[in-house]
Amino acid sequence: MRALTRVAVAAGVLLVIYGLQFGVEAGFTQYVQRIILLAGINVILAVGLNLINGTTGQFSIGHAGFMAVGAYGAAYIGVQLAGPVHGLLGLGPLADAVVFNLALLAGAIFAGISGLIVGMPSLRLRGDYLAVVTLGFGEIIRILFNNATFLGSATGYFGDSPSGLPEYTNFFWVFAWVTVIVLLIHNLTFSQTGRSLTAIREDEIAAEAMATPSTRLKVTAFAISAASAGIAGGLFAHMQSGVRPEDFRFEKSIDMIVMIIVGGLGSISGAILGGIFVAVSLELMRDLQQYRLVLYALLLIVIMIVRPQGLLGTRELHHLLRRKRPAKPAAPTEST
Amino acid sequence: MSLLELRAVDKIFGGLHAVRGVSFQVEPGAIFGLIGPNGAGKTTLFNVITGVYTPEHGEILFRGQNIAGLKPALIAERGVARTFQNIRIFRTMTVAENVMVAGHHLHKASIPAAMLRTRSYERDEQALRQRAHELLDVLGLAELAGEIAGSLPYGSQRRLEIARGLMLSPKLLLLDEPAAGMNSQEARTLNEQIRFLRDQLGLTVILVEHNMAVVMNVCETIHVVDHGETIAQGTPAEIKTHPKVLAAYLGEEHVENEASA
Repeated sequence: MRALTRVAVAAGVLLVIYGLQFGVEAGFTQYVQRIILLAGINVILAVGLNLINGTTGQFSIGHAGFMAVGAYGAAYIGVQLAGPVHGLLGLGPLADAVVFNLALLAGAIFAGISGLIVGMPSLRLRGDYLAVVTLGFGEIIRILFNNATFLGSATGYFGDSPSGLPEYTNFFWVFAWVTVIVLLIHNLTFSQTGRSLTAIREDEIAAEAMATPSTRLKVTAFAISAASAGIAGGLFAHMQSGVRPEDFRFEKSIDMIVMIIVGGLGSISGAILGGIFVAVSLELMRDLQQYRLVLYALLLIVIMIVRPQGLLGTRELHHLLRRKRPAKPAAPTEST
Repeated sequence: MSLLELRAVDKIFGGLHAVRGVSFQVEPGAIFGLIGPNGAGKTTLFNVITGVYTPEHGEILFRGQNIAGLKPALIAERGVARTFQNIRIFRTMTVAENVMVAGHHLHKASIPAAMLRTRSYERDEQALRQRAHELLDVLGLAELAGEIAGSLPYGSQRRLEIARGLMLSPKLLLLDEPAAGMNSQEARTLNEQIRFLRDQLGLTVILVEHNMAVVMNVCETIHVVDHGETIAQGTPAEIKTHPKVLAAYLGEEHVENEASA
């Protein structure tokens, strides 16, 4: 019964997204549609990054690296799979959907594994080692792709066909994945594992004294975060017919950090708002080109001064709406 | 067999011999006091027992097995719970969530199960929440379950740490200055609560405390350390009059003057 309800709800949600797609495609210009897709991809990036930077309190500043691994991984696997799957299912939207989603999952797995490799040594230690290691990782990955001849080196990877990678990414797939990832990470955050991750952020020594396997949980959260960046990378790759190393510069990692800090570190709804904010503001500031980063820096400083906890702090929108606090909270009886 | 036995434990920080050859045994069901002047090494001993530090020499036997050098999480899992001298609650979480964090053994559901909210996950979550509320009730914090832990008054935060420790279903509870910052009324309640833990929950308690009203009242055996070394062990009555203890707390001179007077 329960499983049945869930399937029905899921089908309903997918149907709504599918319906919305027609509206979006009919009602907006290509340009606006592209911003909407980018906003969706940003939401995936921000919600994933928030799990490690916000909830767990371990700072990654090289998440563009995982996005790159996911993008290249999905693009490469997609090209390899296209032949056999089309042979099996024929040409058509079904075969495309199968290729695309398998490619995205492959990208997520590659990114998740790189997350494990980066996280295992650096998360054993307490403190800011992760920031240093991820910073290095982001650059190393970009330079690796810059020199990988089978992935097109500095020109980028465009698959085998002259028209570039198939543009599988559309409104439906982006927001279907947004829904799935936000839901999974939300459920994880508000579970015993999520409580343990928050406890690690609050006080790692106390968390360990309470039998929390902190290293294992930190590495797991980091790998999940990297895998969601991988999904975002795969969607990004199939949106613009190719992946280039310079799509994943250090600035991309900074964009992601801006997303979660604007919205409120530790809040999923904040990360969603932040992701949308960055997609829109990037477009509005397009004419400023490289001065954009200066503006972001200014914005961050202003936020740190005016509202250091970000828009939402660690709270969630739906909790704020749902919570009906008693008029007067039960006062503690102690005199202290 | 003793529940906990320290055998000639040494802990050295560079040139500082913080704990030197300390041995003691704690029997099951005891309320065991560990006292000494500031800097005597009491908290270091707690940190060595709970795995925060690895001792340089010596053995720490818990239920007959050497736990020296194990990771804190493993020692906690085996049944050693503790509180901290400088309160270490999870400040942004609610009181109930603080307690639930320590409930891993009640929550076996995997991460995918949590992500998909399976039935077994929700059953575990429900059991965990219920257990947390029971323990908060024991410590008189039930009404504060939904409050943010960092906003509680000091005394309640200390009791929250005890409730959180109890969530581990421990055999041994280490309390590091639980009465610090409590007024005399709260300290009296604490005494009753410590006895309750032993009598009703079958816990063994080791207590580091400077509040002598609490120590002398509630402990059956007291172990005194100074400069990292054992100087005495005995009942509260014996410790009160022990010359070395008086010397450690009040100074040699004072004791000599008293003796000659």
